[in-house]
Amino acid sequence: MRRSHVVLVVALVVAFAMLLVAGCGETTTTTTVAAETTTTEVAGPSGDPIVIGAIVSATGPASPLGEPERAALVMLEAEINKVGILGRPVKIIIEDDQSNPTEAVTAVNKLIQQDKVVAILGSSISASTLAIKPITEAAGMPLMALAASNKITDPPVDWTWRAPPRDFLAVGAALGYIQNTMKLTKIAVLHDENAYGASGSADIAARAADFGLEIVATESYKNEDTDITAQLTKIKGASPDVVVVWGTNPGPAIAAKNMKQLGMTQPYVGSHGIANKSFIDLAGDAGEGVIFPAGRLLVPASFTDPAQKAIVDQFVAAFTAATGNPPPTFAGHAFGGLTLVLEAINRAGSTEAADIQKALNETKGVITPDGVYNYSPTDHDGLTPDDLTVVMIEGGTWVLAPQ
Amino acid sequence: MTFDQFLQYVFSGVTTGSIYALTALGFTLIYNATDVINFAQGEFVMLGGLTAVSLHDAGAPLVLAALGAVAIVAVVGVVFQLLAIRPLHSAGILAQIIVTVGASLALRTAAMIIWGRESLPLPPFTGDTPIKVSEATILPQTLWVLGLTLVIVVALQVFYRRTLTGKAVRACSVNAGAARLMGISYSKVVLLSFGMSAAISAAGGVMITPVSFMGYSYGAILGLKGFAAAILGGLGNPAGAVFGGLTLGILETLTIGALPMSGASGYKDAVAFLILLIVLFVKPQGLFGGRSVEKV
Repeated sequence: MRRSHVVLVVALVVAFAMLLVAGCGETTTTTTVAAETTTTEVAGPSGDPIVIGAIVSATGPASPLGEPERAALVMLEAEINKVGILGRPVKIIIEDDQSNPTEAVTAVNKLIQQDKVVAILGSSISASTLAIKPITEAAGMPLMALAASNKITDPPVDWTWRAPPRDFLAVGAALGYIQNTMKLTKIAVLHDENAYGASGSADIAARAADFGLEIVATESYKNEDTDITAQLTKIKGASPDVVVVWGTNPGPAIAAKNMKQLGMTQPYVGSHGIANKSFIDLAGDAGEGVIFPAGRLLVPASFTDPAQKAIVDQFVAAFTAATGNPPPTFAGHAFGGLTLVLEAINRAGSTEAADIQKALNETKGVITPDGVYNYSPTDHDGLTPDDLTVVMIEGGTWVLAPQ
Repeated sequence: MTFDQFLQYVFSGVTTGSIYALTALGFTLIYNATDVINFAQGEFVMLGGLTAVSLHDAGAPLVLAALGAVAIVAVVGVVFQLLAIRPLHSAGILAQIIVTVGASLALRTAAMIIWGRESLPLPPFTGDTPIKVSEATILPQTLWVLGLTLVIVVALQVFYRRTLTGKAVRACSVNAGAARLMGISYSKVVLLSFGMSAAISAAGGVMITPVSFMGYSYGAILGLKGFAAAILGGLGNPAGAVFGGLTLGILETLTIGALPMSGASGYKDAVAFLILLIVLFVKPQGLFGGRSVEKV
């Protein structure tokens, strides 16, 4: 974004125009995304559009999550409309909650009352998702959450499902790696004070003993803190074997640099919140060797299932063509969430809320970059621990962590 | 808390506090000349950092990128005064303060459109090998921030006390009407103060970016903390602003160290602001505030 903004803006406008042309043009090919949902349609869609709402944190502190999600949805809308769902075009109304739960509530009311959407995706962050959940539940509106907090689907609720792996899985993957591969026992936890970091930290505290781990220190920081050496000094004093950092950028990158400054040699285990290029750019040398749980999309070579690999390859190609960058895992969440909702609508043959609810609860074997989903009336998460992997930063890129 | 840990907390506090200090200095300059509290002050810090990142990425050496960023933001400060503040001269101080709130939102949004939404890094001025003092460490960059802050404060004092222009600025702050009758151009003094204020805050932004990165949304919190520091030190006093900034920063980090329980860091802002409140109850004009701040 830094270099030659003019060129970039022009490129974006051109790319966007091309997407629009591709979306509106007469198309006879069955393409990537829609291939899963509608394989028989070859004529262009017609009639009233199926309106899906989406709330993403395209601006504000969580924009590294929300912006790729927004980009993915824009790209996917064009792709899907080459064929449509139930013979109808799909219209995705994207609202930006600015990483702010209050804005998310305003957006969800608008989507339900004014735009009359049939289902809602979002939000990118847990705080916003937890704020809108009571509203969608009360309205009987299917909500496909794109955030990770356990509380979103635990205890299970009637109208909320989730696409990304929840914290429970990520915490399990991180702690399991510390126990089984690193064979360490004393951990220190440093977490963001936002909903994501607090939820992750609470989960770590509740389950550390299950993994034979002892928490020797827990400290927190605010997303806008410019320096975390004070918290790390306290952690250093507690002599942990490993430091677990649970948050989203830029905090974890500052923590990595600060650990290096303080001469802390403990391994750094992060969360899936740093599964983006931004962390690598910010942390620089200090990011080398950082280990964190993430969706397999981060290291496409880690996909072993051929069916999943085929879908991922197409998504990566389409997203890269549309935005110039490979998709971060967050873009994969948006892809997964939209796929799950549209697949359910297609299977239900209806856009009535009750039919979508029934179809979502019967979802079996739907494949997205995040894994293979099997929902039930009591399981609205659908993924298993195997759908996550553990990744390490090496030479400025992601590789599978040593096993 | 061991001595080494104590030292480290102080170093950490100085790192955070020095940026509060530079923001507070910016508040002080504009307040002195116009009695306006400029709530867009934090945005000047942000603009300084991000402009330096862009200039450096465009191939400028670090020194030129830093100086260029300071100069560009100074111009932004002057234009801001001409376009947003000056037309409201007859509308009173309150209207001018409110327009600075609007300007901060406008600058933040503009920065988001220009630089995007992610935080951006800048290399440190002289490497990032930490300097060891006993077992505590401090980054060379922090020393730069601290050193340049002191240079700026001394330069400001010389400017205000020894130069004719500086005396003119002080005259305006005491009594703008009388200063005008003495032939001092009030509008030029105000323009100069906005330019200098923007430049100093921008310098702060440039210096802190290698330590903490810079993103379009950083201005809000830095502005708030800088304002608190300026109040703590006594609004209108440059040395007080620096003292207030460093004190606030060190209070925050010592809170983390002094509270015995795990998870104390969650209380650092609360404790720092509690102490600020207590100070203001006891001494409403701030630690070094000479004159009354009733007007605000």
